[in-house]
Amino acid sequence: MSQTVSSSAGVSGPVLTCDVVVVGGGLVGGTLACGLAQHGVSTICIDKDDAAVLLDTGYDGRSSAIALACQRVLDGTGVWAHMVADVQPILDIRVTDSNSPLHLHYDHREVGAPMGYMAENRTIRRGILARFAELEKATLLAPASVAAVERRVDGATVTLTDGRVIRARLVVAADGRRSQIREMAGIRLQHGLPYNQVGIVMTVWHEKDHRGIAHERFLPSGPFAILPLPGGHHSSLVWTEKDPLAWTILKLPEEEFHAELMSRFGDFLGEVKVVSKRFGYPLTLQHASRYIDLRLALVGDAAHGMHPVAGQGMNFGLRDVAALIEKVVEAKRLGVDVGAATVLEGYQKWRRFDNVLMLGMTDGLVRLFSNDLAPLRLARTAGMAVVNKLPGLKRFFMRHAMGDVGALPKLMQGEPL
Amino acid sequence: MADVRTTASPEEVAKFEAMADSWWDPNGKFKPLHTFNPVRLEFIRDAAATRFGREIAADQPFTGLSLVDIGCGGGLLSEPMRRLGFAVTGIDATAKNIGTASVHAEKVGLDIDYRACLAEDLAAAGEKFDVVLCMEVVEHVADVDLFLTTCARLVKPGGMLVGATMNRTMKSLVMAKIGAEYILRWLPRGTHDWKKFLKPSEFAAGLRAGGLEVNSLKGLTFNPLENSWSLTGDLSVNYLLTAVPAE
Ligand SMILES: Cc1cc2nc3c(=O)[nH]c(=O)nc-3n(C[C@H](O)[C@H](O)[C@H](O)COP(=O)(O)OP(=O)(O)OC[C@H]3O[C@@H](n4cnc5c(N)ncnc54)[C@H](O)[C@@H]3O)c2cc1C
Ligand SMILES: C[S@@+](CC[C@H](N)C(=O)[O-])C[C@H]1O[C@@H](n2cnc3c(N)ncnc32)[C@H](O)[C@@H]1O
Repeated sequence: MSQTVSSSAGVSGPVLTCDVVVVGGGLVGGTLACGLAQHGVSTICIDKDDAAVLLDTGYDGRSSAIALACQRVLDGTGVWAHMVADVQPILDIRVTDSNSPLHLHYDHREVGAPMGYMAENRTIRRGILARFAELEKATLLAPASVAAVERRVDGATVTLTDGRVIRARLVVAADGRRSQIREMAGIRLQHGLPYNQVGIVMTVWHEKDHRGIAHERFLPSGPFAILPLPGGHHSSLVWTEKDPLAWTILKLPEEEFHAELMSRFGDFLGEVKVVSKRFGYPLTLQHASRYIDLRLALVGDAAHGMHPVAGQGMNFGLRDVAALIEKVVEAKRLGVDVGAATVLEGYQKWRRFDNVLMLGMTDGLVRLFSNDLAPLRLARTAGMAVVNKLPGLKRFFMRHAMGDVGALPKLMQGEPL
Repeated sequence: MADVRTTASPEEVAKFEAMADSWWDPNGKFKPLHTFNPVRLEFIRDAAATRFGREIAADQPFTGLSLVDIGCGGGLLSEPMRRLGFAVTGIDATAKNIGTASVHAEKVGLDIDYRACLAEDLAAAGEKFDVVLCMEVVEHVADVDLFLTTCARLVKPGGMLVGATMNRTMKSLVMAKIGAEYILRWLPRGTHDWKKFLKPSEFAAGLRAGGLEVNSLKGLTFNPLENSWSLTGDLSVNYLLTAVPAE
């Protein structure tokens, strides 16, 4: 029943009109669509997968560490209220490496707030879907696929494979690392050298309560993180392993896998059981050569893919979201065409430099790890919250990596637009 | 010669006629208007929101109000004003501009009443508007006094006028005329006749003759370091004002 719809004129189907089309309803695109709609910008979000598939346990086994500033973005877009019951505040972080047992200890009681939150990606997705349902100006079309995107000086037209046509002022590519929309626009990727590392990800149950403590160990093959999930007895693991070996480990029979796991995990939480599928994510670094084109903006992984050990992919995506919402809403309230070049240039100027910095930092740190820099890894794992709370450290980073990154978007400061 | 006064200057109209195709090119001959558009839009929007008690975060906050954009050119202000909810009429002495503006509005899906006519034609027909815009036009008209009193008379009771032009100072001669036209090449040479620039007091006097009082005045200043425009207290080059019917 495969039906081909040509991308040329003559396709007939209902015509929908909106301000912004967001292609990709993942963590980043979904939050963006909710935030735009909440601020009066009519938005249609398209995802190739059905909501039911997105919430399936086999679809995305990851959990995300959400930095405080990004929690504010989820809050300001109304998503947080739908997920707050299922998040785990990170109260303490303990960093260890092979040489010294307690390398660094960071306690929330010293600063008076959690360093961030852990949530399963499915929890965030569920929150986004619930928020969509509340918003009059947000429409989710899923499953739906894009057949053609036409971007003109006077507007954009997105044609779906089922023949539906959407006319908009702006198209946003939020369709992940292998962004179709980015490729269609001919925006090139800059690649980092391969790390030859794989992130092995899973959820485990453990006998003892984690008490909101995150652990990060620096093992010879790469970082190994235990991140607390809600309820006290589940944690998300991100276990970095060298490339060919990782795939072998991933395929090990249960008993042998468990033995490998425990040799790294240790017994401090008592008995441990793997309760999810094992996921393997090759670690690569990629960055779009530009974030904008005629009536097009890239956000999230479509714009930048970083080493997930940084725990920053979604966080940086949410920074893009906060900046783009601010620019678009500003334009909308001035009566300016929300897809105008000036609006997009403002977004790119705001975000790309910041991301270059982060990618460079992440990349450099992954490669040049030394004991002296351990606190920086810790910071990456816990999210920008930690970095922000260690101003001296932040200044150190920034100075070494070029200079100031400019003002934070309002949504990241918890301010209304 | 017959005793008919008109605001249209044939040379000015011919000049704009020759540039009528470039209105919507952000890097073209009207680049300065594009670059300071957001700042002046904010000025107009905020002044109107205060005057009419509207909430700027609302959807189409100015729904139910009428606005006329005098000397609308390609519609750089008319279109945003329509998006903000005003029922917009755009008029221009240069017929070709009205063509450009109409085609563009149609393409982006906005309904704007564009007409090739002069302010005095609207006045003669007894038309009145909640908001009258006279943006960067007074320095191009033939009869400034007639133009300003006519524009003032188009304002409904309870309404307002927003005006903008360039001041006649040494600084504006250097900056706006020599700088913008000869050094930075932002504008084609001969775009402006410095002698026709208007001091804020002259602008205010012209409006007063039509029954309006100027109630706010702001400078629009270019910051070369940040390559951006902002509202300031420096009226010496570009300035904006609002005026309302005298009590
Ligand atoms: C092992 C691992 C651990 C991580 N841990 C963290 C962490 O702790 N904290 C953190 O902040 N980040 C983390 N990240 C990164 C984070 O998961 C990603 O950065 C984030 O998911 C990116 O979101 P996105 O919405 O941009 O892209 P995606 O999540 O990839 O979403 C893309 C969406 O677009 C849809 N789509 C794709 N193509 C099309 C198309 N052609 N048409 C329509 N729809 C389409 C997809 O169905 C999907 O819903 C981790 C990543 C990895 C690999
Ligand atoms: C510098 S442009 C300003 C355009 C627009 N108001 C803006 O600010 O973007 C001046 C415009 O005034 C028009 N114009 C000149 N003399 C006019 C007059 N007497 N009556 C109406 N419009 C006039 C010109 O054709 C031109 O479009």
